[in-house]
Amino acid sequence: MGQEKVAVFRKAHFNAAHRLHVMDWDEQHNNEVFGKCNNPHFHGHNYELVVKVTGPVDPVTGFVVDLKWLNELIQQEIIQRFDHKNLNLDTLEFKTLIPTAENIAIVIYQILRPKLDLALDLQVRLYETDRNFVEFPVA
Amino acid sequence: MSKFLEMVYLTRLEHFNAAHKLYNPNWTQQHNEAVFGLCANENWHGHNFELFVTVKGDPDPDTGFLMDVKALSRIVNDRVIEALDHKNLNIEVPFLQGKMCTTENLAMAIWEQIAPHLPGKVQLHCIKLYETPRIYVEYFGD
Repeated sequence: MGQEKVAVFRKAHFNAAHRLHVMDWDEQHNNEVFGKCNNPHFHGHNYELVVKVTGPVDPVTGFVVDLKWLNELIQQEIIQRFDHKNLNLDTLEFKTLIPTAENIAIVIYQILRPKLDLALDLQVRLYETDRNFVEFPVA
Repeated sequence: MSKFLEMVYLTRLEHFNAAHKLYNPNWTQQHNEAVFGLCANENWHGHNFELFVTVKGDPDPDTGFLMDVKALSRIVNDRVIEALDHKNLNIEVPFLQGKMCTTENLAMAIWEQIAPHLPGKVQLHCIKLYETPRIYVEYFGD
């Protein structure tokens, strides 16, 4: 067996409240841009997270990465941080950064990337709803 | 013609996203956290709710419809989705005032909003409400 690269995936999910709001804009402008998502009383989603790790298959273990370890990493670093939280009020990451799906995906990538071997590629896909999802980084 | 000669069930699926918390204002915060855990977070959390509204009756012999499903969609949207979508269920929804915002109570409240507005021969059969892809409740009006 050579050094064929394989992509492995782990799914996780968290439920959170958020609001899309730019502090420097007035209420009317926020409402024009973000519509219902600007509701000052928040709304929420069931976020579905797919973490993709790509790399060579270890000749001894047969793994790209131990998926049990990856699951524990996602639970400790992402799910405990965001599950049943208000992203705007309860998390340091979104005190000033607007919690769109795009930015949440980037933040999740930035949290996980330093925990993974440099030989492994990481990509994050985040579903905000069944019909709205984002990927970072782009292929 | 006897009632429900050829009974069929018709379902419309709608969805809404909302914030809520499970919190009984008559209890201490400690007791709320003991009973509701993460769901008691005072700053709310949220869900993508999926709502299945099922009606039953005989198809009309002329149209072949139990009811026009677009009309059913309009009733669900006007009476329920508009009030719930992108809202805070505890604070902003008149028909949930004073109720615990559990999925059970939400399904029963949705039934009350829809049932009176269906056409004469059509009966509401079931409200099935998913709070997450893994958690749902069903209410049959019993």
